[in-house]
Amino acid sequence: MILKYLRGVATLKLDSAKCIGCGLCLNVCPHAVFKLESRKAAITDADLCMECGACALNCPTAAISVKKGVGCAQAVRMGFLKGTEPDCGCGDDSSCC
Amino acid sequence: MLPGRKSAQPAPPERISSEYTATDRLAAWKARWGIARMSYRVKPGLYALGSPSASSPVFAGANYTLSFNALRTNLKGLSAWLLVLDTKGINVWCAAGKGTFGTMELTRSIRQTGLEQLVSHKTIILPQLGAPGVSAHQVKAYTGFSVSYGPVRAKDLQEFLRLGGKATPEMRKVRFNFTDRIILAPVQLVYYAKYLLPAALLLYLAGLKNDAALTVGALLAGSVIVPALLPWLPGRSFAVKGAAAGLAAVAALSPLLPFGPYQLAARALVYAAAASFIGLDFTGASTYTSLSGVKKEMRLATPAQALAFLAGLVLLGARRFL
Ligand code: SF4
Ligand code: SF4
Repeated sequence: MILKYLRGVATLKLDSAKCIGCGLCLNVCPHAVFKLESRKAAITDADLCMECGACALNCPTAAISVKKGVGCAQAVRMGFLKGTEPDCGCGDDSSCC
Repeated sequence: MLPGRKSAQPAPPERISSEYTATDRLAAWKARWGIARMSYRVKPGLYALGSPSASSPVFAGANYTLSFNALRTNLKGLSAWLLVLDTKGINVWCAAGKGTFGTMELTRSIRQTGLEQLVSHKTIILPQLGAPGVSAHQVKAYTGFSVSYGPVRAKDLQEFLRLGGKATPEMRKVRFNFTDRIILAPVQLVYYAKYLLPAALLLYLAGLKNDAALTVGALLAGSVIVPALLPWLPGRSFAVKGAAAGLAAVAALSPLLPFGPYQLAARALVYAAAASFIGLDFTGASTYTSLSGVKKEMRLATPAQALAFLAGLVLLGARRFL
């Protein structure tokens, strides 16, 4: 069963004009958001994107942009209270970031 | 200047084995329950697994003991170099999110360990989950090493090597099945039990033993039912899933409670709000929630939770004075 998060919120953008079809985004994405179509990357379903930022960071031509962040309520709350960006205060916690 | 350019004489790599021992099992168990987490660090640096040669593969990993143990034990029977980055004892996935498992640390580590002199090839295998922190083309530009992203799970490593350094689409996907989720429940449970068990005890001592039971019910609903039944709880929102679990807990306990519909409804508001709050925090442990989504959800859920909680208390208080 595929778990999906909220509809239409992910900040993922792909500029096909810049894409050289290297396929690295397919390799790094943990949710199979990309596929290759006639030697260009294409987004299958942006609702699957968790905004980990791996694709954007590894795309050699900067064809992908996404606002990277951790989808963690505790981090958002901490950031809000401290007036900073969402910050993971979990430290050595292995289960949450 | 880039970190680690002037490397001194690197220390010779320490030898390690791929055995999984009772001590390792105990360490894993303790970490799951959040006991003495600080001590789960491996010394960063280069390790020799088996008797690696210049052509043996190089694997990079985090210096969190559980990640390190998963890496070395899954390479059983192989000789390899293990490059352990300093991620401050945090697993690869979280460290990559923070950037401590990242381009700079990998570059520094490659330089400082003198990896170049030990191997004849120029490939370094990284866990795929390290990719949010590492830019493969930048590492190549800085060090000459090509990053090859291995599978998500260390147990697929041998198969990955057999396929000539290729991962199947299945190996590339992060999962969040029942076992993955339930393993994370204890941390959540222990975290909120710190606040809610004393609260339940106070309620019990104040003679409100039904509310003490409901408090424990809300705790279990948010921290155990949410992870366990995640795909089956209604909606996509974790706050809604948590509220549903809370309502289910109140409903399940209701035959044992001496309350009429009014009292029960007021309590349902209070305890569903509490379970919703705890359930929303499980976004941090989940493997598919995005920051944009969590922000959106919190903007709506936080006021709703506060309102429901207060409304429930007001209703209970009002009844008392009527
Ligand atoms: S990583 Fe960039 S260039 Fe390569 S296929 Fe994906 S979008 Fe295209
Ligand atoms: S940000 Fe992460 S989850 Fe989203 S598309 Fe890129 S690699 Fe996939």
